[in-house]
Amino acid sequence: MSERITKSMARNIYFGGSLFAILVFVGLSVDTVQKVPKLSHAENITESVARGKNLWEVNNCVGCHTIMGEGAYYAPELANVFNRRGNSDEASFKAYLNGWMAAQPLDEPGRRKMPQFHLSESQVNDLANFLIWTSKIDDNEWPPNIEG
Amino acid sequence: MKYSSQMVAKKYFIFMLILLAGEVLFGLILGTQYIAGDFLFPEIPFNVARMVHTNLLIVLILFGFMGATYYLVPEESERELWSPLLANITFWIFAVAGVTTILGYLLVPYATLAELTYNNLLPTMGREFLEQPTITKIGIVIVALSFVLNVGMTILKGRRTVITVVLITGLLGLAVFFLFAFYVPDNLVLDKFFWWYVVHLWVEGVWELIIGAILSFVLIKVTGVDREHIDKWLYLIIAMTLISGIVGTGHHYFYIGTPSYWLWIGSIASAVEPLPFFLMILYAFSMSKQRRIEHENKIVLTWAKGTAVMSFLGAGVLGFLHTLAPVNFFTHGTQLTAAHGHLSFFGAYIMIQFTIISYAMPIMRGRPHGNGAKAQKVERASFWMMVIGMLGVTSALVIAGTMQVFLQRLPDVGALSFMATQAEIVPVYMVRLVFGLMTFLGLLTYFYSFFVKEEA
Repeated sequence: MSERITKSMARNIYFGGSLFAILVFVGLSVDTVQKVPKLSHAENITESVARGKNLWEVNNCVGCHTIMGEGAYYAPELANVFNRRGNSDEASFKAYLNGWMAAQPLDEPGRRKMPQFHLSESQVNDLANFLIWTSKIDDNEWPPNIEG
Repeated sequence: MKYSSQMVAKKYFIFMLILLAGEVLFGLILGTQYIAGDFLFPEIPFNVARMVHTNLLIVLILFGFMGATYYLVPEESERELWSPLLANITFWIFAVAGVTTILGYLLVPYATLAELTYNNLLPTMGREFLEQPTITKIGIVIVALSFVLNVGMTILKGRRTVITVVLITGLLGLAVFFLFAFYVPDNLVLDKFFWWYVVHLWVEGVWELIIGAILSFVLIKVTGVDREHIDKWLYLIIAMTLISGIVGTGHHYFYIGTPSYWLWIGSIASAVEPLPFFLMILYAFSMSKQRRIEHENKIVLTWAKGTAVMSFLGAGVLGFLHTLAPVNFFTHGTQLTAAHGHLSFFGAYIMIQFTIISYAMPIMRGRPHGNGAKAQKVERASFWMMVIGMLGVTSALVIAGTMQVFLQRLPDVGALSFMATQAEIVPVYMVRLVFGLMTFLGLLTYFYSFFVKEEA
């Protein structure tokens, strides 16, 4: 096969093909950036949600959990934990999350351990607001069921 | 070795191998925590061990790329390195910054590390693989720029070859795309969208240019095949890489809040992604077949062919397995992703390091014809131990991921919870750990091959 292709043809395929791919990708990226605010309900990103995202980051939650399927695969998916553990009710989810965070690490030998992060109640509520906002993102109906 | 400044590469290679030992060791810790959840808790929680594991991987690959570049660019450019001093300085800056960061992960809670490094001034921490404190990220940019400057000046002032031009394109891309690591918007969807600009466009884009260039350099040296022929293959492979890989980023945009057209575009583009890896197999094997010289360092060709085959299996086959959107709907974020990640990183980005090290290190140690037969035999044993070890690890992870799909994802009623599913998978995780140990023993055997006494 390669006998019929010359070096300059190969080079042209490389430059032409890459340029084409870059243009397509940049175009689609621009379009995506314009559509994301609607798909993610960006108008609902309150200061509390933003603080919650920062808490999510500085405590390295993604080092064990996934969120919309991305992260580590050691602990449960959390993009839909609001639906799974809070029955999609904000007050009961916040009550649940405060209790859960305070109880860590659980005293069960052999069980995977979640560290104690020493968050205040308002911090846990920020985290809850971030997870509630995340649960409402239009992510093409993922995950397949409530177990995440 | 034709130019004395190539010697700079030696310390990069040695340090890379030391980091690799640490990386695999932390992999074993993680593998154990998958079986015994409280192993090393609270001293080293899972997330900390994982950060060390993945960050060591990234840093060691960068060290390996730099070592390979410093070795091959003077020879290709037919002149000494622009500044060996700068190469030595950046080595120490990068090494100290890397080790300090890893120690930071291990010694203080992550949130404390964020506070100590003033993450609030420019928050960039806490995203997968990009956990480094902002100050470390700035250090990486400085190191990368001085490295690209050094290499770029050498290339500009010397003979330009397709290999060096492709290599510097890859290295520039590496530096440029890393800048997206500094963009952390409040909107998680946008955050994820541009996070992949670093992660995907590195590993399935510009890094493949770098390994294509390194592989081509080694193939020219050990097969004596005509450069025109090599250049043509290199162009074809990287053309396919970028055509499929850039738009193929879309296979990460299925279920993270991005528009649904990515389901189609990502599936179609990434279905082509195995092609460049398949071409790489044809490339390595046909160059080997058409070789005009019999290089006495035979193990290099074994590594080169191994790189092509294993990266095809890891990136090509295991990638394709779950890249189509309807399949990915059920496999997204399962151990199948981990299987694909492990085998493609090992096949493409670790084995290429062994390839160049096996070629260059004996020369830098005064053995232009390669190591003696006895050392090569030990090295060959280590090749098979690591390859079989990693195939075992990833096969186990494929089974684990499949179990997750069937127990937790597929059932409409009676689906097991995440934790209950994980409990079912424990026997498979045990198999994985055994193969992980085998990989580690293979690595130790590889280290031993450096110390095998030459027969007179």
